[in-house]
Amino acid sequence: MEHDERFGHARSVTLPGPLALDGGQVLTPVTIAYETYGTLNADASNAILICHALTGDQHVASVHPVTGKPGWWVRMVGEGKPIDPARHFIVCSNVIGSCMGSSGPATAAADGNPYAMRFPVITIRDMVRAQAMLLDHLGVRTLTAVGGSMGGMQVLEWAATYPDRVKSAVIIASAARHSAQNIAFHEVGRQAIMADPKWRGGDYYESNDPPAAGLAVARMAAHITYLSEAGLTEKFGRQLQARDAVGFGFDADFQVESYLRHQGLSFVDRFDANSYLYITRAMDYFDLAEEHGGMLANAFRGSKARFCLVSFDTDWLYPTRESRSIVQALNAAGAAASFVELSSPYGHDAFLLEAPELNRVVDGFLRAGGL
Amino acid sequence: MNDQALLGLRPDLRIIADHVAAGSRALDIGCGDGALMAALRDHAGVDARGIEIDATNVASAVARGLSVVQGDADVDLVGYPSGAFDYAILSQTLQTTRAPDKVLDELLRIGAKAFVSFPNFAYWRVRASLLWGGRMPVTRTLPVAWYATPNIHHLTIDDFRAFLKERGIVTEGAWFLNGDRLTSEWAANFRAEHAVFLIRR
Repeated sequence: MEHDERFGHARSVTLPGPLALDGGQVLTPVTIAYETYGTLNADASNAILICHALTGDQHVASVHPVTGKPGWWVRMVGEGKPIDPARHFIVCSNVIGSCMGSSGPATAAADGNPYAMRFPVITIRDMVRAQAMLLDHLGVRTLTAVGGSMGGMQVLEWAATYPDRVKSAVIIASAARHSAQNIAFHEVGRQAIMADPKWRGGDYYESNDPPAAGLAVARMAAHITYLSEAGLTEKFGRQLQARDAVGFGFDADFQVESYLRHQGLSFVDRFDANSYLYITRAMDYFDLAEEHGGMLANAFRGSKARFCLVSFDTDWLYPTRESRSIVQALNAAGAAASFVELSSPYGHDAFLLEAPELNRVVDGFLRAGGL
Repeated sequence: MNDQALLGLRPDLRIIADHVAAGSRALDIGCGDGALMAALRDHAGVDARGIEIDATNVASAVARGLSVVQGDADVDLVGYPSGAFDYAILSQTLQTTRAPDKVLDELLRIGAKAFVSFPNFAYWRVRASLLWGGRMPVTRTLPVAWYATPNIHHLTIDDFRAFLKERGIVTEGAWFLNGDRLTSEWAANFRAEHAVFLIRR
């Protein structure tokens, strides 16, 4: 396996497809950027697929090539961590529609120009189908799927679409559908991007002058939804930024303002505005119950997978009741389900931060499944 | 089940563990950290699922590899389909529920049979405490002062028997405990600190 070019960091594969999309179009070929950690064992039984969130990527436990920061989930993935390359064969792929190397609006279409808005609208299930193609390529048939937020949606979709392939599923701070409020926040972000004159109908790649202002605003609005009010108050309160009194103007007087501006600006360095449009759309379309005749339990009938769900008490983006309705459906379907609401001051972001209880739960759950 | 597995289990749980058929499916409601579920799984091959209200307990149980859902017996049993389990187990929880009668209905809907264990409020020490001390009793099975107790529907063994009769529920087994020792059925309502019933529709 050491000499197998398929495995390791910063890998990419172009598969011929065709990938039939929910929207009716066909994507061919399909490029998927991914990383693997650890070694696939002889009977290929130790594979863990990690599904990333909206603006995440394949660099789950390796240094990000643009920001130079450690992987986004080194708290969960690494030596001695619940997901451990010493025991597990770990796969993390960049979702299609994204901008970190997988097929998306920024990649070249057949005519050599970037797809831009010609890229077909995709769904969470399309992302999962592409991941399944990657796993076939890697020789992985059955797997454990783990993900938070949009990653959790992919895990749910995996269990529903490939019930005979998923052995265990960990869904953290997620939901089985996007609520009207979720869609509303995403629409604010999309409108901010499309209102930026530099968006140019999505055709900005040649200009080297992307709609950074719009994307930054989109990120600022979204970022608020990732935090809790208590967390924001604790961190910033109404403290002023580098001044003693308000400036009676529209500079960033408050620390929270400059914090958000920083979040927005640093985001545009590593993310593509069109990808933001496509991926938020995929999340908005997500409704696992609707895909299964309006009954969420039907999505899990016949699934042999064990499920573990975790929510955080201050997460108002995907609140506990969303996890609970998934658990109810799992119970109704007779699936083996665990669920716990953990306490954290950090809101939705808690799943990315230091959370010993989360690690303990995930570790126990994986080990009980023989992983 | 062998003695080793039962060692360390609370006495009422030991009785339940002794009478759950190997290889069956059981739902333990108010499962705590999963001690009973783990014993049932490891030593009788029982497919055990749990519900527990306390997050720390749930995390402990999940870390043990058990399937436990954080939830409340009063509201979360409706999500389980009828006849999904061979046994529904409610140990030392009935007296903490808001609507014990509805919870019992749910137990017998979800499980073919149900184990119910509860502290007996007619136990002589409890009676003595109220009669002579004039204070709300604090005993081994009712260890918390009146203002902090989770118990909101105290009951006695005779209350429970009357309830079963009234609802036409069949008693398949009954065990009466003083501490960790079984006591006879004779005058159980007065002499037993704790009771375990196995019931069915």
